[in-house]
Amino acid sequence: MAGIEEEPVSLAEAPVRSLSMIEAINDALDIMLERDPDVILLGEDIGYFGGVFRATAGLQQKHGKTRVFDTPISEGGIIGVAVGMGAYGLRPVPEIQFADYIYPGLDQLISEAARLRYRSAGEFIAPMTVRSPFGGGIFGGQTHSQSPEALFTHVSGLKTVVPSTPHDAKGLLISAIEDNDPVIFFEPKRIYNGPFDGYYDKPTKPWKGHPGARVPEGYYSIPLGKAHTVRSGSAMTVLAYGTMVHVAEAVCRDKGVDAEIIDLRTLVPLDIEAVENSVEKTGRCLVVHEATRTSGFGAELAALVQERCFYHLEAPVERVTGFDTPYPHSLEWAYFPGPIRIGEAIDRLMEA
Amino acid sequence: MTKGEDRKNRPGLSLHVPEPKFRPGDKVDFTHLAIPEAGDQPRPDESCAASETFPLCTDLVRVLDDEGKACGPWDPRLSPDRVRAILRDMALVRAFDERMYRGQRQGKTSFYMKSTGEEATSVAAAHALASDDMVFPSYRQQGVLIARGYPLIEMVNQIYSNRGDKLKGRQLPIMYSSRDHSFFSISGNLATQLPQAVGWAMASAIRHDSRIAATWIGEGSTAEGDFHSALTFATVYNAPVVFNIVNNQWAISSFSGFAGAERTTFAARAIGYGVAGLRVDGNDPLAVYAAQRWAADRARSNAGPTLIEFFTYRAEGHSTSDDPSAYRSAQEREEWPLGDPIMRLKNHLIALGEWTEEQHAEMDRELAERVKAATKEAEENGILGHGLHHPFHTMFEDVFEKLPWNLEEQSEQAIRERNIKWPE
Repeated sequence: MAGIEEEPVSLAEAPVRSLSMIEAINDALDIMLERDPDVILLGEDIGYFGGVFRATAGLQQKHGKTRVFDTPISEGGIIGVAVGMGAYGLRPVPEIQFADYIYPGLDQLISEAARLRYRSAGEFIAPMTVRSPFGGGIFGGQTHSQSPEALFTHVSGLKTVVPSTPHDAKGLLISAIEDNDPVIFFEPKRIYNGPFDGYYDKPTKPWKGHPGARVPEGYYSIPLGKAHTVRSGSAMTVLAYGTMVHVAEAVCRDKGVDAEIIDLRTLVPLDIEAVENSVEKTGRCLVVHEATRTSGFGAELAALVQERCFYHLEAPVERVTGFDTPYPHSLEWAYFPGPIRIGEAIDRLMEA
Repeated sequence: MTKGEDRKNRPGLSLHVPEPKFRPGDKVDFTHLAIPEAGDQPRPDESCAASETFPLCTDLVRVLDDEGKACGPWDPRLSPDRVRAILRDMALVRAFDERMYRGQRQGKTSFYMKSTGEEATSVAAAHALASDDMVFPSYRQQGVLIARGYPLIEMVNQIYSNRGDKLKGRQLPIMYSSRDHSFFSISGNLATQLPQAVGWAMASAIRHDSRIAATWIGEGSTAEGDFHSALTFATVYNAPVVFNIVNNQWAISSFSGFAGAERTTFAARAIGYGVAGLRVDGNDPLAVYAAQRWAADRARSNAGPTLIEFFTYRAEGHSTSDDPSAYRSAQEREEWPLGDPIMRLKNHLIALGEWTEEQHAEMDRELAERVKAATKEAEENGILGHGLHHPFHTMFEDVFEKLPWNLEEQSEQAIRERNIKWPE
């Protein structure tokens, strides 16, 4: 990893600590609750208990019960009341406990939050950030492992963000909360407590020591719509986000491929310039995501690359994805787009 | 034992599919509807326990009797000026509806929805709220906007989707929005406004504000999941919100039985949630006012949310795209036992000696002229499909706060297409 660069860190002097992604998210929420009295956190089990993944631990005790509170088990209700709170002038940050549970809230997200600015010609807005753990790799079975990001990138009016490091998670979450448009903030839960390189049979590592875990204290933000070049290279461009950034990085390292790895960080708005510049330079492109393949966000990326960089391409764009099946419990690692699947795609790209 | 052997002595089941009492051509007899005497319903204190309102959920709160006299504890004792203002707003809604309906038939717009017979459920309710209480309407609450003094020309501009439309021609006609009138943007998706009203009310309570939220829904869409989540959140957080169910008996062609009305009242649902409930004669403007005021005072004093069922009748089609003669008896409207809200309030004022037939006729003439003048003025901004719309690039604005690159590129395409079709 090339380390942390270019971020408009307002406090360059700020002490830097090593945090896990869950701690970095907690830190961002704490800072925004402190800075902006309009910020309200709501969701199932997020209050006194601090969330099933501990993202909101200690925040109700610190900021009070009307700023951070539990909700009924009703995702449609959670998003619906958040739309109303936004109309009032608050800046709600609802948590959906697992991305797999977000579907009852889709009407309120798609028909309401995403359309409110447009249909009212700017009279009302829904400035909410929906946080939700997503992705597999924790033996969550089919209802605790899904990656539904493409459902949201398909909706006009929603922004979709996926961080891959504690440092980015904090800065992107702060930007998302400050954003006046509704943002879906998917947190890759497999890397909440440590980076994951895809080798599930090896011992897991904590974040400590990883350059992406170096998190400055205090407020800083990372703009939405800006990709991050994790590793510069000339052999091919790898477009990835979330957990798959780390898996792709490990595979390229192990295979000795001089790939340029781009962590998209924000899917909508997409940093199209970063994608074009890299593919024009390398002439080869691999798209990686954990979500199912058909109509996945990789299809959009592949289409954009061929539309905009066709005459620079030396090989067809490759996609590595999850399979078009539900996420199976016992065969989780057979589903996961791991080093073998990525490695084969890299070979095909290099041979072409 | 072979499969099913153990069940062979049991009777076969049958599915009940609700059927309305009357279909086209049927003679209508509404004597099965229990209409209690006006003034007979007790009025509990606004701060009572929700459970105390249970008897009122199966009763019918009524104030105006058949002679136009206001009776009983629910009489809101309004000044004649206030009653005349409510009458005038209801008459204006009706005049506006008539004109806009004709406008649609003349091809000036694509769609319209009248509120004939239901004017009291929005107008009288709006009069009982503070003008800055936030309203989360459904699609038939034009009466709230009119009662709050929203300019008619803005309504017509929106209906014609013309270049004067403040919503930039993006919304189906009648899907108004006016932040200045504390009137939330109408969705078109049903029941979504209910949890939003609760969220707004929760925010107001978080901020120790004094404003409450009020929301409207048709009886048909109480079947949506959002109805359940809204009532659950409202009771859990004791949100300062008023839920108004306009039970006008028909959801397009589906009678209220398809929302459960054969087995219980809509007001009675409140009790299961621990929310206060009132069932009200929706064609009695004074009862509507009194009930809304009771619920608003209850919410404003932190005593909790209320669910009100306004029992009324949709006298016209669902919308200009509907033909009610295809599914219900035309006699229903004539036989409706609760009468017409405008006639009832007019008779009340006349009985009080505060109004005359001549004054009423003069008011109707004046309102018709006012509506006509507003439509003429609006037509100068264009009618739907005649070119006087907002510029093409506005289609891409307000999707996000800032225009992203993909919409930038798509807007260039749209403008290129326009230039090909209509060269300068």
